[in-house]
Amino acid sequence: MSDPTAASIVGAPPAHQPTETGGPTDAGLPANGRQEKPRGLLGDAWRDLRRKPLFWISAAFILLFIVMAAFPSLFTSADPTAGELSRSLEKPSGHAWFGYDIQGRDVFARTIYGANASIVVALLSVLGTLLIGGAMGMIAGFRGGWLDALLSRIADVFFGLPFVLGAIVILTTFNGTGTNNSEWEVKGLVIASLVVLSWPVVMRLMRSSVLATKEADYIVAARALGAGTGRIILKHLLPNTLAPILVYGTIMVGSFIGAEATLSFLGVGLKSPVVSWGIIINEAQSLIRVAPHLLFFPAAFLVAAVLSFVMLGEAVREALDPKLR
Amino acid sequence: MSDILVSEQSAAGASGRPAGRLLEVDDLRVEFRTRDGVAKVINGVTYHVDAGETLAVLGESGSGKSVTAQTIMGILDTPPGHVTGGQVRYHGKDMLAMSFEERRRIRGEGIAMIFQDALSALNPVFTVGFQIAEQYRVRRGMSRADAKKRAIEMLDQVKIPNAKGRFNNYPHQFSGGMRQRAMIAMSLALDPEVLIADEPTTALDVTVQAQIMDLLAELQRERQMGMILITHDLGVVADVADRIAVMYAGRIVEEADVYDLYAKPAHPYTLGLLNSIPRLDEKGQELRTIKGLPPNLMNIPPGCPFNPRCPMAQPVCREKVPPLLQIGAGRASACHFAEELVNRD
Repeated sequence: MSDPTAASIVGAPPAHQPTETGGPTDAGLPANGRQEKPRGLLGDAWRDLRRKPLFWISAAFILLFIVMAAFPSLFTSADPTAGELSRSLEKPSGHAWFGYDIQGRDVFARTIYGANASIVVALLSVLGTLLIGGAMGMIAGFRGGWLDALLSRIADVFFGLPFVLGAIVILTTFNGTGTNNSEWEVKGLVIASLVVLSWPVVMRLMRSSVLATKEADYIVAARALGAGTGRIILKHLLPNTLAPILVYGTIMVGSFIGAEATLSFLGVGLKSPVVSWGIIINEAQSLIRVAPHLLFFPAAFLVAAVLSFVMLGEAVREALDPKLR
Repeated sequence: MSDILVSEQSAAGASGRPAGRLLEVDDLRVEFRTRDGVAKVINGVTYHVDAGETLAVLGESGSGKSVTAQTIMGILDTPPGHVTGGQVRYHGKDMLAMSFEERRRIRGEGIAMIFQDALSALNPVFTVGFQIAEQYRVRRGMSRADAKKRAIEMLDQVKIPNAKGRFNNYPHQFSGGMRQRAMIAMSLALDPEVLIADEPTTALDVTVQAQIMDLLAELQRERQMGMILITHDLGVVADVADRIAVMYAGRIVEEADVYDLYAKPAHPYTLGLLNSIPRLDEKGQELRTIKGLPPNLMNIPPGCPFNPRCPMAQPVCREKVPPLLQIGAGRASACHFAEELVNRD
């Protein structure tokens, strides 16, 4: 009986010791002091993320895809565009892991090389959408009044355009048959059309988030303590409104990889000989009964990439919410 | 016509000090313009606070106590709020006429404010320590380490146990009383000369209320701050305040030294408030209340705004607005029958 009691008495003092000795020994422990610097939102979110397996798994996959996009030659020595018709529709083998497509091109190499277009287009469009939509939403929500009305109506106009139709119109105008755009110009056009047609969603999300947050007592308190407008927006509003935007952003990466594939599939986005997952899937879908592996492998990569970004989004959202810590 | 006579400087404080006041609110008028009409929320409020004294502003909900404070701090929502007249002078300079930047610099360093609900007044995504240290870094240009040291000192001063360990905690990890302490630490970080406490203990339970009020009183004495304590709790006021200003329907109806006010209220509204405090020695009696409701601020009754609820109301009360007049050393009342009230029995 007396043992647990004794243990708890012995166990208690160490917890209190820092309190009693904290003040006087403060100066004597510079090494300890360094560790205890005031931490910010991102510092704490990072500490939290480091403990999550979900984060590490998705981050590893994303890193893999990014390396794949940047240095495809690390993964394969085959040429994704060199076709040899004698190998047309060959099954996967030790030599070509994913087999050959109808034109006798190495599907593994094509899938690896396809990551570049898909991921670059998706990431840059998400970045652009978040920046434009986020800034517009912040201005509209924070300023209010006529500026809010004006920006919201502009957003409504763009929101009213059907996504696929809008992208087709933009891309056939600037990237129609007969135009001779380089690969990067086409990528830029695809990115631009995705951004132009998607920013209103982020803008609305941000605006409502700002509207809900800017009336909060801590924003009023920050004003009452003399914080400037810039500081209030960047330090107090933004961190409290960021979480839904970031989550939406990571989900958007996935859907933009799909959107890029859709536009390529419709023939208005990237075009062969440029390789992207959308183009590969497009070419494979008509052969699905003859050679399902042509569709399966690039589609699996697409799904894995989309899933990784969504999982990362979930992990980031949890880490950014202090109440879940 | 319905003006309260400000020129008489009737609201002279108990201290009786001459001009050069720390903070003066002078004939302040604020209205809220809404779709349903214009609500006259503040109708000529005049009060002041000097260094080292505590002024309690007392009144029920909607009497304009908080709106006055918000106007002083410049955090009034405009629209719908509009300041239609009067001045708020800090060291003799009218703050309402200052530029945005000038006013901003006074906030925090000159005048600071404590909010009612500390949980919602602390930013949930930053640690409590970070939010206090932020002020030192931004306003005083301190390094992160110095700012942290000062912030821990502040947390220590508001008697948060294990301040060093609590530095990295988030607001939601603090208890209600601790949060209010942290809020106080944040407001006092830059050594303001005036502290406005807007119902600082309303969201807390009774035992914690007393601790927080003691802490505020102690800090106010130590730092020789002027404190404006906004409350509707007469019990809180008695221990802490030097002077009391009672507000009703956007006007000051009585201002007096705390002892005078409790001993001999000079306005029927104050009397009613004092009578409605439940007493331990009168068990089993019905709680006395002031009958009726505060007036609709869009349609304040003519004459004395308190007349529909006043047990002493006479015909004159329905016609003439009683001005806030001096009725003795350091006390003023806005009642036609103030003399009779003070001199009765």
